[in-house]
This record gives sequence, C-alpha cells and structure tokens, in this order.
Amino acid sequence: MKVITQEEISSLVARLCIQANTSLPADIREALDKAREEEPWPLARATLGLLQDNLTLAGEKCLPICQDTGMACVFVELGQQVALEGDLEEAIHEGVRRGYDQGYLRKSVVGDPLNRVNTGDNTPAFITTHLVPGDTLTITVAPKGAGSENMSRLAMLKPADGVEGVKAFILDTVLKAGSNPCPPIVLGIGIGGSFDKVAYLAKKALLRPIDQPNPDPYYADLEQELLEKINATGIGPQGFGGRTTCLGLAIEQMPTHVACLPVAVNMSCHVTRRATGSL
Amino acid sequence: MEYRLTTPLTKEALAPLRAGDTVLLSGIVYTARDAAHKRMTEQLDRGEELPFPIQGAAVYYVGPTPERPGCCIGAAGPTTAGRMDSYTPRLLDLGLAAMIGKGARSQAVKDSVVKNGAVYLGALGGAGALMAASVEELEIIAWPDLGCEAVRKLRVKDMPLTVLLDPAGGDLYQSGPAAYLESLEKK
Repeated sequence: MKVITQEEISSLVARLCIQANTSLPADIREALDKAREEEPWPLARATLGLLQDNLTLAGEKCLPICQDTGMACVFVELGQQVALEGDLEEAIHEGVRRGYDQGYLRKSVVGDPLNRVNTGDNTPAFITTHLVPGDTLTITVAPKGAGSENMSRLAMLKPADGVEGVKAFILDTVLKAGSNPCPPIVLGIGIGGSFDKVAYLAKKALLRPIDQPNPDPYYADLEQELLEKINATGIGPQGFGGRTTCLGLAIEQMPTHVACLPVAVNMSCHVTRRATGSL
Repeated sequence: MEYRLTTPLTKEALAPLRAGDTVLLSGIVYTARDAAHKRMTEQLDRGEELPFPIQGAAVYYVGPTPERPGCCIGAAGPTTAGRMDSYTPRLLDLGLAAMIGKGARSQAVKDSVVKNGAVYLGALGGAGALMAASVEELEIIAWPDLGCEAVRKLRVKDMPLTVLLDPAGGDLYQSGPAAYLESLEKK
C-alpha cells in the first residue's frame, strides 16, 4: 500500500488551482491560434488576437486569465492500492483555500444558494471521486466560471427524437446562449445515462483535450458535424460576428433506459481551464 | 470609428456613437454587479443617496480578482450584463450614461438606452488581464462586505471598449453576425 498524506494532497491542489487559472492547457491555446489563422472576418480576427494578447499579459503579470476564477471543480482518480492518511475531501478543501489565497484568485462561492453569503475562501470544492486500479492518486482541478456555466442546459428527450433531436437541442442551446458565455466557446456534451449521469458526462467531456476526437467513429463524426454547424451560426468571437463561435467540443456517451434519451450541454468558454497532477 | 471619451459623459458626446465603434474611455468608472445593484435599488426605494453620482456616470459590471502587492487591481474582465437588466432602466432614467459589460440585454434595457441617449459598451469577456491594464487607481467606496462585488471607484485611461447598444437603437449582437453571414452569401 502506498501512503498519501492529507498535506501532500492539499499542496498539490493549491498548486493546481493557481496553475489552472494563470496558464491555459496546450490544446485550448493551440485551438485559439489555429482559429485566428483561419478566421476570415476582420473584426473577429482582431478580437481573437486580443484574446491571445490577454494570455500573454496574464503570463507576464502573473494575473489570472479571467477574473472569474470559478468554482473549484476537482476530479479525483483514487488508486485502490492507496492508503490515505487523513481526510481526502478536507485535504482538497484546504488546498482550494490555500491556492485561492496564495494565488490572489477571486472567491466566488456563496455558502447557500438563496441566502447568498460569500464563504470567503472559495470553498467548498465541488469534488467528484472515482476509484481506479493501481496506487496513484490523480487530481484534476478545472475552475469553472459562471458566465458560461449559466448557459448550460439539460433535456430529457424522447428516443423518437433521435440524433436529429440531439443536434437540434445542442444548436438551440448555442443560439440561446449567444454572446453571454464569452465565445469562442468550448462544449462538453453528455448523451445517455440518467438525469444525474448525463450532467456528469457533459462536465467530464470538458476534461478531454479538444484535439482528441471521441474514440467511437460515429460520435467523432457527430462532434465534427456539430462543430461545423455551430461555426456556421455567425455568432463569432464575443458575439460580434464571425466564423469562430466554437473552438472545439467533446461528446461523452453511455448506456441509457429504453425510454430515455438524456442530453446535456455544459457550456465553457475560450478560458477552459484544467490542470492535472499525480501523487 | 474610434472615439476618445472622458467621464462624466454627456448625451451630446454619446449621440454619434454607433454599434461596432471603438471607444477609448478615460476618467472614473464605478463597479457594480448583482449584489450592489440590489442594494442600490433598495437605497432608491428608501429615498437614500446612491454610493456615487449617477448623472453621466459609467458603471462597469466587474468583480476583479484581489490585487497582488504593488498592483492596483487584479484581473478585471466584464461579467454577464443580462443579470443586471431588471435594475437597469431605473438607473438609466436617473442619468446613468454608460454601462460596460458583455452579453445580450433585454428589450426593456434596449428601449431605455434609446430613450435616455445612453450606451452599452462591451469589454472583452474572459480577457481579465487585458482589461485590467487600463486601470490606474482603485478605491472601494461602498459595501466592502460584498468582497469582489463591493462598489469600487476606478480611474481608467483609454479603456478599450466596443459599442454594443447605441442611442439610435443599434445592437452589435444583431448587426455583427448578420453582416458576417451576409458576406458569406455574397461569395
């Protein structure tokens, strides 16, 4: 058994919170670079250039890329051969507390959805844990801003709606969101499962690098088709018009009930953040 | 077109602005988002003074990150303006001249912008570091208990903004995508 302490976990989570908020993953940066090169509309091209400048400036000045440093969504893959010394969830909350304090990140969490008093330290973290084989603990911190999160949607479609119904729902979600989620957007899409699982699938899809297609060719084709349709809407960067409405999207699918066709769209933006580390 | 404007803003200065124009804004900008708007509305209901002079003012919908030592502000990009829609026409009627944010507004806000000769200006969403670069001074002037949502007085120089809603009823979120799609049809 490998022993991992509460302190080791807190230190890792703190580091990942700061890293995720100040430097974008390579796949998102590359997608932004490629989008700018291929963007035909002058205002859109200029706007994408300013978003690139923002990334450079954030790096130079040690500033967060976006002021909405998000809810700390933390995904844990816990090896079954790991012996934890201390409490896993408390270790993660403490890591978030430290990371958001030491990194001068914004505290954006209220302790109650209706009484709305800020918790002051960005806790609690929103934690999803999976047991996996092996003796490694892998943690991904994916800070999620509300501008895009608020534009996310879920529908329990009828099986008769089929793939056309799914496509129509996703496109409608993008059109309804318009300029609100700070396009160019990134989409995590869940199809199948149950009411709760489909939302999880959509969130999980945002963790997959956008240059990695779905391993199932049927769903990889669907991803490509949806991306082309979304980039034909004309919304463009910031909603000012142009081709680049979406930098990339990922679909995650799973079995479902004979009478169900759940679909969920987790909306994200050009600041799709994630940082991963292992112990 | 590019315009250089300084606060406080007059209707005359805003009148020529059209959706899609660039504005470099200097002077004083006040920050307020959801919680501050709720409290300002409650102040007006009670007949009290607002935390800042509203006539000719520019309000920026922003909740910056905490400032690092030696920096006057953290990252400071705009938040979604639509969440402030229900509070906005009343403030425009009182003389609020410019709103800075991102995202679509309600028809009531659009109508009020035209009626009052005001403007809605777009800051770059998600570009927190870039938008912070034009801020020279920051002072919290009301409700520090609201943390990132407290009302701040910012002194800005040449803050780069895009006209989204103009006094003549123009809306870049309609005209921008329409112009792009039209350009494709012509090809």
